[in-house]
Amino acid sequence: MIDFLAASIRIATPLVFAALGGILSERAGVFAVGLEGMMLMGAFGAVIGAWASASDLLGLAMALAGGAAMGLAVAIVTVRYRADNMVTGLTVNILAAGLTTYLLHVLAGSSAIQVDPLGPWPIPGLSAIPVLGPLLFAHPPLTYLALLGCAGLSFLLYRTQTGLKLRAAGENPEAVFVAGSSPMRLRFTAIICGGAIAGLGGAVLSLQQVGTFTDGMTGGRGYLALASLIVGRWNPWGAAAACLVFGAAEAFELRLQTYGVPVSSYVVQMVPYLIALAVLAGLGRSTKLPAAIGKPL
Amino acid sequence: MAALLEMRGIVKCFGAVRANDGIDLDAQAGEIVGLLGENGSGKSTLMKLLFGMMPPDAGGIVFRGRELSDHNPRMAAEAGIAMIHQHFTLVEAMTVAENIMLGWQDAGWRLKRREIADRIRETSRRLGLELDPSARVGDLSLGRRQRIEILKAVLRDAELLILDEPTSNLAPPEVAELLAILRHLRAEGKGIIFITHKLPEVLDVCDRVVVLRAGRVAGFAPVAGADRATLARMMVGRDVPAPQNLSGSGTGATRLSVSGLGGAGIGPMDLTLSGGEILGLAGVDGNGQLELAETLAGLRAATGGSVMLDGRDITHASVSARMTAGLAYIPADRSSTALVRGMTIAANLMLRDSARPPYARRGWLTKRATQTRAAALMQGFDIRAPSPAVPAGRLSGGNQQKIVIARELDRNPGLLIAHQPTWGLDPGATHFVMERMLALRAAGAAVLYISSELEEVLAISDRVAVLAGGAIAGIMPRGGVDMAQLGLWMSGRAA
Repeated sequence: MIDFLAASIRIATPLVFAALGGILSERAGVFAVGLEGMMLMGAFGAVIGAWASASDLLGLAMALAGGAAMGLAVAIVTVRYRADNMVTGLTVNILAAGLTTYLLHVLAGSSAIQVDPLGPWPIPGLSAIPVLGPLLFAHPPLTYLALLGCAGLSFLLYRTQTGLKLRAAGENPEAVFVAGSSPMRLRFTAIICGGAIAGLGGAVLSLQQVGTFTDGMTGGRGYLALASLIVGRWNPWGAAAACLVFGAAEAFELRLQTYGVPVSSYVVQMVPYLIALAVLAGLGRSTKLPAAIGKPL
Repeated sequence: MAALLEMRGIVKCFGAVRANDGIDLDAQAGEIVGLLGENGSGKSTLMKLLFGMMPPDAGGIVFRGRELSDHNPRMAAEAGIAMIHQHFTLVEAMTVAENIMLGWQDAGWRLKRREIADRIRETSRRLGLELDPSARVGDLSLGRRQRIEILKAVLRDAELLILDEPTSNLAPPEVAELLAILRHLRAEGKGIIFITHKLPEVLDVCDRVVVLRAGRVAGFAPVAGADRATLARMMVGRDVPAPQNLSGSGTGATRLSVSGLGGAGIGPMDLTLSGGEILGLAGVDGNGQLELAETLAGLRAATGGSVMLDGRDITHASVSARMTAGLAYIPADRSSTALVRGMTIAANLMLRDSARPPYARRGWLTKRATQTRAAALMQGFDIRAPSPAVPAGRLSGGNQQKIVIARELDRNPGLLIAHQPTWGLDPGATHFVMERMLALRAAGAAVLYISSELEEVLAISDRVAVLAGGAIAGIMPRGGVDMAQLGLWMSGRAA
């Protein structure tokens, strides 16, 4: 049971980062459809960075940069040139898939790139507590960072002037303008930072979990993160909770496979997405949806 | 004592139009100045210049003894000038406190939520604003939202408040409360410029009135001693007689007969209207006016009762069948229900009749006939635009309303439902609308005139009904109107 819960947390970690990045973007008023592409670039950047420099920190820096680059592309096209958020996001996802495959080929040829995955960092003392220790305090570093990220983003959104302006930019940009700030600049910054954070989510997949990059390795997790942040009502902790549910669904599916339940693994793999669809349909259109989201300035 | 604000010889031209042509205006601390004028008289331009939204071509502005020039809105705000616009720039999903903290230095980067909430409560109590810092703005009435803007200005140490048409979206009790708040502000020594075209409010609250017409000061007067007729004449440059309701008829055959009508938010109610009669439906906004108008027009389903028009049962008829039966409808929501702003004047004029001659023959649109008809209607209804091909959304509110009226009246309706048809119109345009209603009555049609402006209802109606809580509280003939009784009905108390 503890194993199962710990696995859920592990699997939810990349989703949490992507959802946090998405919240930043959507709260500022731009749909985060490009999360998948941001994650993929992050995953790619992390492994290439770590492989080229033999430093995990540089790998993470590259993950941030990769995600931010995709964010920059979204920001320029949607904010500066007022393009449709959905189409732009999907285009960025396709762009990231093509770009990473191509660059991987150029950089590594046909050989696979292997780096050492980030190991667990048991927290001294706390990890020795029975039950709670292995469940909460024996994770790899990025998992702790995801938790810190939830706290940090909550503080930013609800307790600071910057967060107030950011939320206002997603609700009523004119109010931000009247208050003396530029909603355009706020959206720009939010999307780029959101991209960087989603890129860290990609790094969790590649650098923390497997130590290599494979084509299209995000496998729709960006979309799952998108669903989580909607289910979580654009609130960091709510989104994290939703991610955990999806993580648990995937962990459950892995169990089923190892127990040899006679159901096609492809069917079982659909479970988290089916849950997401069901939950989204059940919630309907939210009144919490930022009022000015998707509306160009 | 030096004036709080002095504007001298202000000139602003847009192309050949002199929007402001040498205007002088001043305001003292502790004084409410009414700025009166029809649409297009230059009020808004003057205030935009003062607030630094654009530079004047000539003239000078001195505020609190300092010259204001080449300033932008932020500098104007820092100097102590606050502008309360007609459309508020508030974030509905946020609380009152959050809206006030947005972009405010005093709130700090790490928001001082408790301290700010205390200040909001304290100031709100002092000025009688009744604002709860933790209330969500989206749940508040327009009147309350306006008070947030006022509170924002006061907390940011504004010395001069400019209110642009502050009462146009308010229900009568909220107007009274706003005027009380303005008196509080005056007592605290704030200067207030109150832009409006509603004379009663000016007479009620202002100390002094400045009337603009065609970019110039047409006159100014202390309110004490001024009367309505003088001010109205100054505004429009001609006499505006209130439409005289002479015939007092309503003797024709019954055209509309509503019995036991019920629906979401209304009923059950009974109502009859004869040909050649105007029934004025008064009442505070939000008491079922929209629901009743839309149910009669066929936009909402009736859940019970019946509606007969000229002897035909139209209770469950489609909108199109109702139109054929002779029903016309002027919705209150001009910009999205009545008109398609992005479409041309001609297209808007044919909108409801696009399948019939002269707009269409055998299912095909007849372009030339449409243009001719549109040009004729524009002339007949005095719709001022360069051509029928101009998008409706580009016109002023008065001209937009004339499009709607032209379209609805051109069909020679047997019954017209007019919901707030003069909303946001200046006295000239209001006069035009009223005249058309009276002409329609003279032609034998029945008119249901729904308005929250009691005065208008009294001016035009043969009978006056009051809607309260979705039901008819009572009906009385205009001739023997009893104001006290009307007031009781409007306040929702049983007679």
